[in-house]
Amino acid sequence: MSQISPVFKREFLGYFRSPVAYVFLIVFLVASVGLAFFVGGFFKANQASLQSFFVFHPWLYLFLIPAVGMRLWAEERRGGTIELLFTLPLTTLDAVLGKFFAAWAFLALALTLTFPLALTVGWLGQPDWGVIAAGYLGSALMAGAYLAICSLLSSLTKNQVIAFVLGVVVNLALVFLGWSVFNGLLSGFLPVNAVDFIANLGFIPHFDALSKGILDPRDFAYFGSVMALALTLNVVALER
Amino acid sequence: MIEVKNLVKTYGTKRAVDGVSFTVRPGDILGFLGPNGAGKSTTMKMITGYIRPDAGTATVAGIDVAKDPVAVKARIGYLPESAPAYGEMTVLEFLDFIAEVRGYRASAERRARVERALARTHLEPVRRQAIETLSKGYKQRVGFAQALLHEPPCLVLDEPTDGLDPNQKNEVRALIKTMATDRAVILSTHILEEVDAICNRIILISNGRVVVDETPEAFHARRPGARLDTIFRELTNADA
Repeated sequence: MSQISPVFKREFLGYFRSPVAYVFLIVFLVASVGLAFFVGGFFKANQASLQSFFVFHPWLYLFLIPAVGMRLWAEERRGGTIELLFTLPLTTLDAVLGKFFAAWAFLALALTLTFPLALTVGWLGQPDWGVIAAGYLGSALMAGAYLAICSLLSSLTKNQVIAFVLGVVVNLALVFLGWSVFNGLLSGFLPVNAVDFIANLGFIPHFDALSKGILDPRDFAYFGSVMALALTLNVVALER
Repeated sequence: MIEVKNLVKTYGTKRAVDGVSFTVRPGDILGFLGPNGAGKSTTMKMITGYIRPDAGTATVAGIDVAKDPVAVKARIGYLPESAPAYGEMTVLEFLDFIAEVRGYRASAERRARVERALARTHLEPVRRQAIETLSKGYKQRVGFAQALLHEPPCLVLDEPTDGLDPNQKNEVRALIKTMATDRAVILSTHILEEVDAICNRIILISNGRVVVDETPEAFHARRPGARLDTIFRELTNADA
């Protein structure tokens, strides 16, 4: 387990050794804040909350997180460094967790850099800071779930484009399962219980609850389970 | 030091390694010969714990690689074919990462190890250069520096002189010789003069089986006066 930290460090700093980090951070900030302002009606809503900012995150992550996750393993396979990594004295789990936490920390950094938006809300009105904190926490957890899936998919190929496309498709499926429009369609021919069950498999209901400030242990358990399952499969895929 | 017993590895229908057994003692520089695709690299990957054998065992310093791969990896310095490394890192950053994974956590000790490896492989002039910008010869030396940084009792080198110019080849051979005094070294090659130049034992494999295991003198004595490649061709003709 102590071997996680060198892998984490190398991977995290790795983002900043190329323009990837800066391009990503800028796109993330422009897209997330832009969506809140121009599509979400941040000012028009006239509410001291970040609801119109968080509501787009499930859709934004659909493209941005596969962009971060696609390289995690595909790049190691393509460059042959995977052979180097797995002949160093560490376990597969150490490597998987080190890389995953590094990418997650990078995403958390991107999310943290949106703090001026929260400060703006605080300056303009009296927001409920608890709700905002819960929203950030929920968004970070959801990002972890997207990322764990992308990490798994990245380990299946040495082609980053394939890893990206698979990441978008699988995450899209999980977004759709919990999307109210899709659930509305389903309820036309499925009983309510079944629709509820399907919706609960998706990301959005769990994230919505958190972003409204509801801290339900079941939502934490959901995101935790998605990460644990995807990363376990990631280890299995690599040891195969 | 390194003991290999009846290793078998099958890819699809092709038996890449078919019951290979040999022992390498400290002080041995074992030349692993054979045509491309004979199973040299596969055997080395099984010894270093990168791939799992279908049958048979490989032990290093009495430890079975299948039972405790991390302990075996800690005792081996491995230079994979074509010396993979993280190209975006500088030589210094890369070796620092390797040293950290190898367990040198105190920064003074780590620096000392890295400096020593840099000096031994004559990498000082390029220490702050990104690895992807280096020439083939320098890249190979980075691979070497990485493999001997922790002064391992066993060195496994897959085609260490491949793609180097004659001067660089000589330099690498000299380096291997100085390293080998009390270590077990396996190096694969298909350059026959190399065996004459540095090895004190030859193992020739063909179609996944050991065909020859003897000293270079005995190997020459098979056909007095004949060139090495003539003997090589006769022994591996089945492959052609």
